[in-house]
Parts: sequence; structure tokens; C-alpha cells
Amino acid sequence: MKEDILKYGLPTLTRKTLIDMYAMMLRIRMFEERIVDLYPEQEMKCPVHLCIGQEAIATGVCLNLRKDDYVFSNHRGHGHALAKGSAMRPLMAEFYGKVTGCSRGKGGSMHIIDVENGILGTSAIVAGGIPMGVGAALASSIRKEDRVTVIFFGDGAYDEGALYESFNFASLKKLPVVFFCENNFYATNSHQSARQSACRISDAASAFDSHGVCIDGNDAIEVYKAAEDSINRARKGGGPSLIEAKTYRWKGHVGPDADYEKGCRPKEELLYWMERCPVKVMREFILSRNAATKDELAEIAASITDEIDDAVKFAKESEYPPLSDLLTDVYAPVKEPL
Amino acid sequence: MPWTKVYSNKAEFESALSDNRELRGLAYKDALLEATSQLLEADETVFVIGEGIDDSGGVFGSTKGLHLKFGRERVMDSPLAENGITGIAIGAAVAGMRPILVHMRVDFIPLSLDQIINHAAKWRYMFGGKVSVPIVIRSMIGRGWGSAAQHSQSLQSLFTNIPGLKVVMPATPYDAKGLLRASVYDGNPVVFIEHRWLYEHMGHVPSEPYTVPLGKAIIRRTGSDATIVAVSYMVYEAMSAADILKNEGIECEVIDLRTLKPLDAPLILESVSKTGRLVIADTGWKETGIGAEIIARVVEDGFGALKSAPERVNLPEAPTPASPALEKAYYPGKFEIAAAVRRAVNKG
Ligand SMILES: Cc1ncc(C[n+]2csc(CCOP(=O)(O)OP(=O)(O)O)c2C)c(N)n1
Ligand SMILES: [Mg+2]
Repeated sequence: MKEDILKYGLPTLTRKTLIDMYAMMLRIRMFEERIVDLYPEQEMKCPVHLCIGQEAIATGVCLNLRKDDYVFSNHRGHGHALAKGSAMRPLMAEFYGKVTGCSRGKGGSMHIIDVENGILGTSAIVAGGIPMGVGAALASSIRKEDRVTVIFFGDGAYDEGALYESFNFASLKKLPVVFFCENNFYATNSHQSARQSACRISDAASAFDSHGVCIDGNDAIEVYKAAEDSINRARKGGGPSLIEAKTYRWKGHVGPDADYEKGCRPKEELLYWMERCPVKVMREFILSRNAATKDELAEIAASITDEIDDAVKFAKESEYPPLSDLLTDVYAPVKEPL
Repeated sequence: MPWTKVYSNKAEFESALSDNRELRGLAYKDALLEATSQLLEADETVFVIGEGIDDSGGVFGSTKGLHLKFGRERVMDSPLAENGITGIAIGAAVAGMRPILVHMRVDFIPLSLDQIINHAAKWRYMFGGKVSVPIVIRSMIGRGWGSAAQHSQSLQSLFTNIPGLKVVMPATPYDAKGLLRASVYDGNPVVFIEHRWLYEHMGHVPSEPYTVPLGKAIIRRTGSDATIVAVSYMVYEAMSAADILKNEGIECEVIDLRTLKPLDAPLILESVSKTGRLVIADTGWKETGIGAEIIARVVEDGFGALKSAPERVNLPEAPTPASPALEKAYYPGKFEIAAAVRRAVNKG
């Protein structure tokens, strides 16, 4: 335990949190893996951006959030939604284009919404959701609420001007925002070093007079601690911070296949990161500290399998949207003025 | 009704006012200011954000002093970050606020097209109606004094092409106030384009809050020989053209479009069915502009209603030049509209 304290600081994590963390990471992993299995059936007719390999991030962050906190995600957003509290059924149904999907089948896997859990919609324009997230934080600040907004984006979004415009504003107004960059080193097939003159994304925080930190994104506990720190700061009025978490996606940019076969990235790189699998790291941590038994962890896996089976069945059996939905929801009905 | 009247200059307005002392006169910019003030007063979810909105000019007077009354938390200056600020306002709208965003020139809006087109316009549909984006994006068309190519554009056609957006262009002080209020409560993203040359225009404006419905054009003058559909500042030029033509025995019906999207095609068609001739006077360029859409709709919905080929009065197909000599030649006005009507009448 002494080494834990050296690495993570004082042990504020309870046994329950550790197990919740493992369970959520596994839940995301198994959900994504089921998509990998089902995708070749070609019934899920939408692009899927899987987050296998990056589960520690969504998990470590969202376990620190309240239900009414806002999360803005991006095209690679299944894990964020699950970790923030979304049920599997509406997600899976959305990927199958069904009317029971979270967006009534109009969004697909890149456009997840779950208003009750603080997900007000997801943009698939790189960095497009960042200003909107800051806007949601502005709304809560004007209303004097103590909600926090976490905005997830990739290293690709670090290339975009929208990030800087938004960060400056959030810092200027001391908004309760956590900018969370999942640096998996690639934007589609383009390596960070081919796109960015500096390699340390978290350093950008200093340009906006705010807190920046770079962490191991495959270590859920480290993510949890860093997120806890930034979220607390934001909630207490200390303004935004930037967390950069280094990680790696195991699958190709889009779709269920690994991409080294296509020559997109070296296989050794993938193998190196698979060794550092976040789910495995967590599992070993829990077992070595006797926080749970193998049987208990197996029970978790079994119940996740049931949940996924149920979601897939639900999605497959649900109806497609009626054709009359084609032209609905373009505009909101006009409201009467106060 | 007095407030549907259009006064082409201050003297005309003042003589009308002396006939009816109960009616209050207000300039276009003050009508916008009053509408905004009343909205801020009555609804805590309304806030105003934009570059320099709390400076001494106050967006040419239209936001002047609001920060003193309502505080800078609700009347907020913003960094020069058009895309970011637009996205921030959109995010606030999705999270339950009713922002009024001000881009002081239409020309600055292109920097924020990603947020307007990819986000605001899509956010309701993309999520099956679970959320909406009640945002108003106010912007102004500049003109004259060598404003040149980047400070004088009329970019409304960029937005009329996008499902999910509404586009409003008020011409009178009465409409400026009523349409702004209606836009804020519409519940959808509304691009609200004003014309700088209208800011001092006077008209009758009731002091209590009221709305003018979006999607409804209005007949400013009735006539039997030709229909002129005009937009924003061109409404005044069209009214002057109608005066000129009256002396020649040509009676024009002038329609002030007010809202470009959704388009009030039924009113236009009704008028054209009567006059058989159609001229569109727009502040912007011709190709794929609102005139093209109006003609298409008239032909689609009322093929045979036209007695002669329609005419369009637009800017020449070039950016705005700075030199006063060229600038004068660049902008069409009442004479060009009158000439277009004569052509339409002479053709058949
Ligand atoms: C503005 C914009 N440019 C390009 C794209 C195409 N695109 C989709 S995802 C992506 C890569 C994004 O990389 P990153 O932000 O690092 O996220 P990751 O995919 O690695 O999770 C690109 C270029 C887009 N969707 N939006
Ligand atoms: Mg990336």
C-alpha cells in the first residue's frame, strides 16, 4: 500500500470506487467488443468509432461527476455516455438506426444524447462540441448553479482554433469547465508529430493562465485523481483546467478492425499499448490488493453480458422510425412569449 | 394600421406624427434597444453577448447602456472569437438560456459558419427533437463611406439554404421590435439581419412588448400592375420606385418580405396572381439569392400567373468597391427598380 500512496497520494479511493471503476471499464470494453462482433452482420448501418483501449479515461472522469453535471463528447463517444450513466438500450438501438434510439434514429453512433444524464448532444465535427460545452458552463454560471462541464476531445481537436477561442473565454470568465484531451497520438492516420509543433498538449493551459496536467490515460486511478482535482477546482469557482491523458486506441479510426494490417500504424506500437491494457491494469490492482476476488469480478462480467444481450435484443427487435419522421424535428414548435 | 406604414424620411414621419399625437415615434435602433431591454427585464434566461456591445457606442445604439441596467453578466462583451462565441451561445441555448448574439457586421459571420450550420441548425433534428436551440444571431449589413468588400455584404442567402435556420430581415422600427421579440421566443436558431442605413429610420412603435410573427410578409402598398417584393432597406427604394411609377400610370404592389425563411410564398403568389408581373429587390447578389427562390416558387406553385418574365434587382456580381465613384454605381436603388418594373410591364 505504501507504493500506492507514493504513486497516487493519500488513499481516498474506497474499495467500492475501485470496483465501480473496474466494472465500468469492463462494461465499456465489452460493449465495444460486442459491436466488433456484430458489425460484420451489416445491420448496424452507421460508422462506429470504438474506444477500446481508452476506457480508463471516461471511467475515471465520470465517476467524479454528478448526474446533473454536463459532459460534451465527440465522435468517439460510446464510453463517455456509458460512464456518465447512459443505459445500453438507447445507445445500441441508435446504432441500429431504430426509433427507440437515444436520438430516435436520426443521429447514429456519433450523435449521442442523454439529457437526464447531462449529455446535451454530441458533435462529430472535430472540436465542434468544445465551444458548446463552454456555453453550457456559461449557462450554469449565469444561473449560479454549481454544475461542472467536462469536455472530452482528441489530440486532433488540439489542432483546431475552436479550442483556443473556447479556452480563452472559459478562463476569462472562470467557468466551471474541465477540458479533457484524450491524446491517443492519432487523428485518423495522422500522427501527432506530423500535426503539432509542440508535443505537450497540457502546456497550452499556461497560455490561458490555468492549470494543466499530463497523465497516464491508461491508469484509471491516475485519471480519477486528476479529474477529481480539476472537477473540484471548477466546482469551487477556480475556473477551467486542461488534462491531457496519453492513451491509445486499439482499433482503427473507424470500424471494428485493427488498422496495422492496412499499414496505418506499426503493429509493435499496438502490442506495446495492449500490454498496458487499462482494464487489465485495474484488474491486477484490485486482485493484488485483495479488494475483490476473481469470482466477484467474474460475476460483474456475467451481469454485463446480460445487459449487452438485452440491449442487442432490444435494438434488433425495435422498429425503424416511421417515414413520417423524415421531416419532423427540423424546427421546434414556436412558443408563446412570456 | 399606422405601424405598418413605411416612411421614407424623417420629414414624412414627423408630419404623420403631427396628425396623430397618441402614437409614439421611435428610431429602428431604439426599437431594437427597447425590445432587448424588455426581454432582459422579463426573462432571466435572456442574455446578450457580442464584441463591444457594452462600449459607449453600444452597437450603433441598439444595445447602448443595457449593461448598466442589467449588469455585465447578462450583457456581456466578448473576445474577438466569432466561431467560439457563437458556439458558446449555442451551447448556452441548448442548456436552457435564450441568448441574443450580436455580430456587428454580417461579414464577420463566416467565421462562425461551422457553429451555425453544423451545430445550431442541426442540433434539434440530429437528436430526434430532444433539445432545441433558442438563439437569435443579430447582425448588420453595412453600406457606404468606402466600407468596401469586407464590411458591406448581404449574406442572407448563405442561411436561407439551410434547414433548421430561420432568417429575418426587418425593414421598419415596428417590425424590428416585434420580430426581435418573436425571434427570441421562436425556440429555433434565427439569423436576424438588420441594415445599418435603417438605424435612424423613424416609425410608430408601441411602448408595450408585442410580437410580429415570423414567416409573414406584409403588403406595404397595394397596386394592380406589378408586384415588387423587397427586402430590408430595399423596401424603401421600392416604395420610392412605386411613387415614380404612379406618375406614369403604373400601380405597384410592394411586399416587404420581413422573413426570408420560412418564405411567405402564399402572399407573394396571391399578389402576383393579381398583378401578373414580378420584380424582386434584394440587398444581396443575384445568383441563387432569395429572388431566384421567389421566382421558382411562383412558377412552381402558380405556373401561368405571370404575364411577363420576372425581373430581379440585385448587386452587380462583384465584391463591393471602395471608391465613391464605383460605390455609387454599385448599389441599385429606386431608379433601377422602376426600370425593372417598366421592363416587366412592357414585356406583357
Ligand atoms: C472539422 C473536422 N475535420 C475533419 C474531420 C474528419 N475527422 C473525423 S475524426 C478525425 C480525427 C480526430 O482525431 P482526434 O481528435 O485525435 O480523435 P480520435 O479519433 O483520435 O479519438 C477527423 C480528422 C471532422 N469530423 N471534422
Ligand atoms: Mg486522437
